[in-house]
Amino acid sequence: MKYAKEKQLFSHEHMLYLKRRRRRQAVVWTLRVALLVFLLAAWELVTTVFGWVDPFFMSSPSRIARTIASLYAEGTLFYHIGVTLAETLVGFAIAVIVGYGVALALWASETLRKVLEPYIVVLNALPKIALGPLIIIWFGTGSEAIVFMTVLVGVIVATLHMLSAFIATDKNKVLLLRSMGASKWQILYKLVVPSSLASFISMLKVAVGMSWIGSIMGEYIVSRAGLGYLIVYGGQVFKLDLVMSATVILCILAAGMYFLVVLLEKAIVKNAES
Amino acid sequence: MKKQMLRFSRVSLIYHTKHGETTAAENLSLTVDEGEFVAIIGPSGCGKTTLLSLAAGLLKPSAGTVETGGSCGYMLQKDELFPWRTIEKNIYLPLEVKRQNTPEHRERARSLAVKYGLGDFLQSYPSELSGGMRQRAALIRTLATDPDILLLDEPFSALDYQTRLNVCDDVSAIIRSEGKTALLITHDISEAISLADRVLVLTKRPAHVAYEHRMDFGDVQKPLRRREMPQFSGWFETLWKELNQ
Repeated sequence: MKYAKEKQLFSHEHMLYLKRRRRRQAVVWTLRVALLVFLLAAWELVTTVFGWVDPFFMSSPSRIARTIASLYAEGTLFYHIGVTLAETLVGFAIAVIVGYGVALALWASETLRKVLEPYIVVLNALPKIALGPLIIIWFGTGSEAIVFMTVLVGVIVATLHMLSAFIATDKNKVLLLRSMGASKWQILYKLVVPSSLASFISMLKVAVGMSWIGSIMGEYIVSRAGLGYLIVYGGQVFKLDLVMSATVILCILAAGMYFLVVLLEKAIVKNAES
Repeated sequence: MKKQMLRFSRVSLIYHTKHGETTAAENLSLTVDEGEFVAIIGPSGCGKTTLLSLAAGLLKPSAGTVETGGSCGYMLQKDELFPWRTIEKNIYLPLEVKRQNTPEHRERARSLAVKYGLGDFLQSYPSELSGGMRQRAALIRTLATDPDILLLDEPFSALDYQTRLNVCDDVSAIIRSEGKTALLITHDISEAISLADRVLVLTKRPAHVAYEHRMDFGDVQKPLRRREMPQFSGWFETLWKELNQ
């Protein structure tokens, strides 16, 4: 960025290099969009235009668009999106906060870390869906159960991710702070937390994916609303258009949430440098 | 007699691990006077760094006593500047940790940085500085709280040769002009000779002081000048032999 104002000073060769770089990026983006258009077009062609595959099984882009439009017309589109989004975001937030907190506690006490290690390993390996029946009995069939499932799927990963980042804190920098007489608390907020910022961002990225898995899994088991519910319901009544439509919306939402984390990352990195 | 700033009296230290115990130091005695620059050399793995940890109070001796006549400032092999802090904020770090982060103390630390050529870099990040400048910033950070004793743990070993000679000169000049007491740990014989008033030679594990020499360079304190003096090679030979016994 800071070289931008010196642009006119660059050599001809460097300008060519920059031009090549920009061109390569343009090519990548063009191909990305082209691939999407090609896939959608092929899908549409083999189903509705040529009729090679029955759209009953495959749905089609146009049918998906119509289904989404009719959901919108019925006024339920944003209701289902809202339900799933709320469950995902609440579960995500709880998983991140609890995971970070537990990781801090485990970092602070080696004894606690040793004691809890086998439990965490087992919880991490356990397929959370196995707890489905328990969750229904404990939390009922409302949003609480789905949020709990989301937290369950995300929290262990968040904890392990942050713990390994905390433990990887540069030993020499810890020694430096200790030689200044720093308390554990000072080491934590002056060194451990800021130096694990990059890991925090990458943990958020992982947790975004995990919370979508959690919320949709939760909706598969118990829900009466939401995108996961639409998928299950659509599957049960063989409305593949509905299944595909909900899946497409999910893709868009998940990508959007990931993109927000990337924006956050950029803001934080910029902040740390200015 | 001068005031003693650091005294090890018959210090022993035993490390315990799952596989057994290691005696890192045994019956180790040494003193450092106020304003004196003492260098300690020893064969690798003899527990030189342990000695500084003892002096800094980070380790407790298994036997014997370690007494210090004032506060310690610890300087490590690498600069260990925090990359997310500017040079200025890095220099204030010990002030924050010791809860001395007052305008007067900050001003003192800041003027030290300006005095020793870091004025233009105060708002820069460590990654924008050369290795030599970074190590200089690390020294200013160590001096920020005005410690009575400087503990230097091979502070030049991570630098390339040319930078090392220059930074060595810098650090020596800064420490001398601030009138600080310093204890340097190094494996580099020429560094010890060129910097110190007195050189102590440690034995292999368990470490204790085997030889002690007062350097006779008159009032020449600049390391690069000392390296050119005729006594230098004589000292090198003596210490080399003693180290390899």
